[in-house]
Amino acid sequence: MSQELQRADPTPAVLKPPGKLRTFLDSDIVHSWKNQPVVIVATLVTLIMFAAALFAPWIAPQNPFDPRQLELIDAFTPPLTTSDFTGNFYLLGSDSQGRDVFSAILYGSRISLLVGFAAVIFALALGTALGLMAGFRGGWRDALIMRIADVQLTFPSILMALLIFGVIRGFLPRSMHAEVAIIVLIIAIGLSDWVQYARAVRGATMVEKNKEYVQAARVIGLPARKLLFQHILPNVMRPVLVIGTIGLALAIIAEATLSFLGVGMPATQPSLGTLIRVGQDYMFSGEWWILLFPGVALLMLALSVNLLGDWLRDILNPKLR
Amino acid sequence: MLAFLIQRVLQAIFVMFVVALISFSLFHYVGDPVLNMLGQEATAADRAELRGRLGLDQPVVVQFYRFIVNAAQFEFGISYRSARPVTDLILERLPATLELATISAIFAVVMGIGLGIYTALRRRSWLSRFIMTASLIGVSLPTFLIGVLLIYLFAVELGWLPAFGRGQTVRIGDWWTTGLLTTSGLRSLILPAITLGLFQLTLIMRLVRAEMLEVLSTDYIKFARARGLSDRVVNLRHALKNTLIPVITIIGLQLGTIIAFAIITETVFQWPGVGALFITAVRFVDVPVMAAYLMMIALVFVIINLVVDLLYYAVDPRLRAQGGGK
Amino acid sequence: MTSSTPSSDKKGAVTHTGPGEQSVPTASHKHGEAALAQEPVLSVRHMRVEFPTRHGTLVALDDVSFDIAPGEVLGVVGESGAGKSMTGNAVIQLLEPPGRIADGQVYLTGKRIDDLAEEDFVPLRGRHIGMIFQDPLTSLNPLFSIGDQLIETIRTHLPMNEKQAREEALKLLREVGIPAAEERLSSYPHQFSGGMRQRVVIALALAARPEFIIADEPTTALDVSVQAQILALLKRLCADHGTAVMLVTHDMGVIAETADRVAVMYAGRLIEIGPVNEVVSNPQHPYTKGLMASIPGIDKRLERLYQIEGSMPRLAAIPEGCPFNPRCPHAQDRCRSERPDLMPAGAGQAACWLHDPVDPLPELDENDTQEHAHVR
Repeated sequence: MSQELQRADPTPAVLKPPGKLRTFLDSDIVHSWKNQPVVIVATLVTLIMFAAALFAPWIAPQNPFDPRQLELIDAFTPPLTTSDFTGNFYLLGSDSQGRDVFSAILYGSRISLLVGFAAVIFALALGTALGLMAGFRGGWRDALIMRIADVQLTFPSILMALLIFGVIRGFLPRSMHAEVAIIVLIIAIGLSDWVQYARAVRGATMVEKNKEYVQAARVIGLPARKLLFQHILPNVMRPVLVIGTIGLALAIIAEATLSFLGVGMPATQPSLGTLIRVGQDYMFSGEWWILLFPGVALLMLALSVNLLGDWLRDILNPKLR
Repeated sequence: MLAFLIQRVLQAIFVMFVVALISFSLFHYVGDPVLNMLGQEATAADRAELRGRLGLDQPVVVQFYRFIVNAAQFEFGISYRSARPVTDLILERLPATLELATISAIFAVVMGIGLGIYTALRRRSWLSRFIMTASLIGVSLPTFLIGVLLIYLFAVELGWLPAFGRGQTVRIGDWWTTGLLTTSGLRSLILPAITLGLFQLTLIMRLVRAEMLEVLSTDYIKFARARGLSDRVVNLRHALKNTLIPVITIIGLQLGTIIAFAIITETVFQWPGVGALFITAVRFVDVPVMAAYLMMIALVFVIINLVVDLLYYAVDPRLRAQGGGK
Repeated sequence: MTSSTPSSDKKGAVTHTGPGEQSVPTASHKHGEAALAQEPVLSVRHMRVEFPTRHGTLVALDDVSFDIAPGEVLGVVGESGAGKSMTGNAVIQLLEPPGRIADGQVYLTGKRIDDLAEEDFVPLRGRHIGMIFQDPLTSLNPLFSIGDQLIETIRTHLPMNEKQAREEALKLLREVGIPAAEERLSSYPHQFSGGMRQRVVIALALAARPEFIIADEPTTALDVSVQAQILALLKRLCADHGTAVMLVTHDMGVIAETADRVAVMYAGRLIEIGPVNEVVSNPQHPYTKGLMASIPGIDKRLERLYQIEGSMPRLAAIPEGCPFNPRCPHAQDRCRSERPDLMPAGAGQAACWLHDPVDPLPELDENDTQEHAHVR
């Protein structure tokens, strides 16, 4: 007995609490991750596609948005072919403009991800703010915000996005449409998707508001702003982040859909959806690669982000289904 | 019962009012309708004359009132783009959309409920696992990509089915045209209907499965088994009825979504329906068409909501007795 | 009319309003004693139920053996998680998956039933083995009228047409004491009170006159005032029809009032079984002793209630030897290593080395016992 104690004393390293990394690696999240091959593959695909999009300028053989870099003479080069005219190698072929499909996919997923992330952040910020206000202040603000949410929920979000997109364009002169397309897209998708966050935050806020520590803080006389940001906000962030992860997949799909419908990114600055729309015209004439590769890229991106989101939701909040 | 009905109808009217307000605001504030209709070259006198004819010189409240009165008579003015009455444009395209949506809905509901029941009852079979995995892909895929890939496979590569359009149509009555009576019309319908229905199908299937699994674990199902009822009676009489009641609501709402999602499918397949009309309107900021489409969709949603509520009320004895709580 | 139901006698057809309560226990008790000589309705031998999980196999029931004679009421008591309900579910083969009977046999009137395939077992449920669940509020399908549920049950088991089944359903409802049965037939479950619903549940369980029913906490969810009525009803009906009952409950009061014999369960094992009066007044197993001493009003000499130290082990952590040994005031080395089976003790049997017929362990003295006995 005493021997054991003595042995333990001079070697405190053994008793040191495990580091943060160790704790993380032992956690349920990591355990569940390791046991699901599908989730591992989804993570890898997501990471690779994020990295490819982020480093597109360094990876891509050409800048597909820069007309001067396109070789019109190389138009419709099949995949895995070196051009006879310019000596350029086209991994996934080229399109009608001589644009390298591989480069276009890299730059296109960059736009898809940019719009996706920005729209989610916009929706998240707006929804959280309105949800906090509705839940914390209550009264007519709560009633107004929630009635608007109800009406908006009556319609599918893609329809809302289309409508908002159309309205914003109506206010802008036609010449500006192509330039600001990306911002209009972000606003339209973001505005179509804030309701979920607002509802979740409102619910969580109302629960949190009535807890004792918040009541106590009120009694002490803490100003409302401090109460909101220091006490309530941290506690409602968890459901918000879970919704956000799934929202990212939805926003990516929404952007692709709008661009495919011809009301999103213009052909000069194509996102994955635009590439698929353009590629659709060539599928009948045998140039399948212009359509198929962007399609597969979008499929992989949407599927793996969605799988990750689903998995995260199950881990973090099994009730949120 | 009556109180419940009145409450629901009032709610529906409220939604329609809000949508009308939005549609009217579109008219009033987005772009200048006079400029849009006459073009840049018109004289000031022409503009003033048109302004007066459209009633744009009257107070906003009067204009809104007239908008609602007109809308109630399906009167939405003239399309900026094609200079034809919006109502005519929508009416001539409505049959195409309704046929596509109806066939897709039947496909989604029948297959969705069937597969949902199957995967719930045979939870551990390999086929169920396969269906569940495939459905995850179905939920994740954008509708338009499914459509494009189906066209590529079945129209371009295999050449089995037409890639776009409605095929031959037959005129019935004054304005209805149908593709359901010709072979080419039916063949043209297959791919768009699958594309449009697939997402709803997976959603309904997962919902039915989850709900049925929950019902199967309840005490009354266990007691039904303990009473000696056969598997068939327990699963298909007791469990199914209890499963379908909560599912009806969501399926009903999904059917509304089908009409909205028809926008995408119609674009992919160049289907001459109202969805494609709406997309063109958004692209060219054709406000009267946008407003009319919005009102139409809202009406469809509101009616579906009402019907679902009433149906729910009719099948659940608990609601009937309480006089409509919940 | 009821000629097609083999076990229904003339008494069954008559609504029993009679003097009932006093005469029935003695009658059925005699019945029970006489029946011990004849073949038991239900005979469970060395039953073991396992739940395979990711972290290993949990043994929910281990080596459970008991008999129930025709017309006898066997009470099964124990804390929650002791395996009482599990025993009932295993007998009628309604274990929640992945639970399964891993070992042992179950005989119904002499025929082995635990090895039957599901489709061969279905005809037994309701017809030969009935079951009543704890919560009458959730036992009835809310979307079907009482009449629907009764008629479908009757027609599943008995060769009757719709009209005959309806008559039979009416008769059953009157028998379980539902007023205005004719009108109530088309009512839905939510239109009944808890007690009335449990009456309907009893009618459903007895619809095909099974020889044996399992009543799993039939009164726990009910108001105290209603509990007694339901118990009296259950007891009277079963006595009338000669139905044997396995009454699962955690309430010793219910057992003392209703049962002929009582079986005490602990951590998935049967640790004592015997005539109810004997077990209540003279318990043999230390756990049963603690259990009886902890019930207010049974042993009036104690002014303060006894409390057994500690809590029942989880299924994943059942100790070596006797499962009760960590809490037992008499635990000795043998109890910690060797597992006792049921052995004769008093008027019944107990699974405790204190009663080993060959080499009984000595009871530890009072002072030791006092140390373990926490008084609140």
